[in-house]
Amino acid sequence: MDVPRLFILNETIRNLYFHVCMWFAMMILFIVSLVYSIKYLRTGSIQQDISASQFAAVGVLMGLLGYITGAIWANYTWVTDQGQSLAAVLKEPKLIGAAIALLIYGAYFVLRGSFTDIDKRARVSAVYNIFAFSMLFPSIWIIPRLVGSLHPGSPGSDSGNPALNYNDIDSRLRLVFYPAIIGWTLLGVWIATLRIRLNQIADKELIK
Amino acid sequence: MKQRIIIILFALLSTVPALAQNQPEMADIMRSNGKIYVVVAVCLTILIGLFLYLIYLDTKISKLEKQNNRNE
Repeated sequence: MDVPRLFILNETIRNLYFHVCMWFAMMILFIVSLVYSIKYLRTGSIQQDISASQFAAVGVLMGLLGYITGAIWANYTWVTDQGQSLAAVLKEPKLIGAAIALLIYGAYFVLRGSFTDIDKRARVSAVYNIFAFSMLFPSIWIIPRLVGSLHPGSPGSDSGNPALNYNDIDSRLRLVFYPAIIGWTLLGVWIATLRIRLNQIADKELIK
Repeated sequence: MKQRIIIILFALLSTVPALAQNQPEMADIMRSNGKIYVVVAVCLTILIGLFLYLIYLDTKISKLEKQNNRNE
């Protein structure tokens, strides 16, 4: 597959199929987790709580992979080839926002681990999960688009969502990119269902 | 079989200095061929990350299996 020929990015534009898809998968998994948390609060069944926590866990895994791959990509496009200093890269709002979002979800698991009472754990962590999801809006969707940034999608690059903006993304990329999002997301969903089944067996007595 | 492996290894190793010869700078491999190796690195990171996670999941499942067997 041919890709657009761009300076600085060169062939690394192909990372769109990996790095960006990781974040898409993370967001979709977090949305699923949120839905299960709301379902738990409506029904009070531990089954929904297990699903919510496992989808969030795989979402964090995807987020971490997205972060690491982003660091590798940035190293060869921002730091060395655009002559950006490390200090400028570390001030990057998109990086800080994503780190905050992942840490908030990290606290979700700390919170879960700190309860001994299962019903209390499920209820409090379901509410916390809704809070954690709502914190995604400012930290990774709004603030990075308001302030100047090296990352695509900032005001400097004059676009909204760099991955979904029709003026920004080449149609040749889109041909692979959209199926890739679906594929990586389904992989995440599969791992999450494995974890859900595992936890259902582990907590067999509790679910009944 | 052994010989063939040695030949392949030798062929692989002999390409490394050939790449480095024309360039004064070191660690240039990531910027060669239109930075395609950055994509390779990203790909491998994701694969290794997912594999490590699945291995961790496997140990968890084995532990549960053992526990179940003991209960029966």
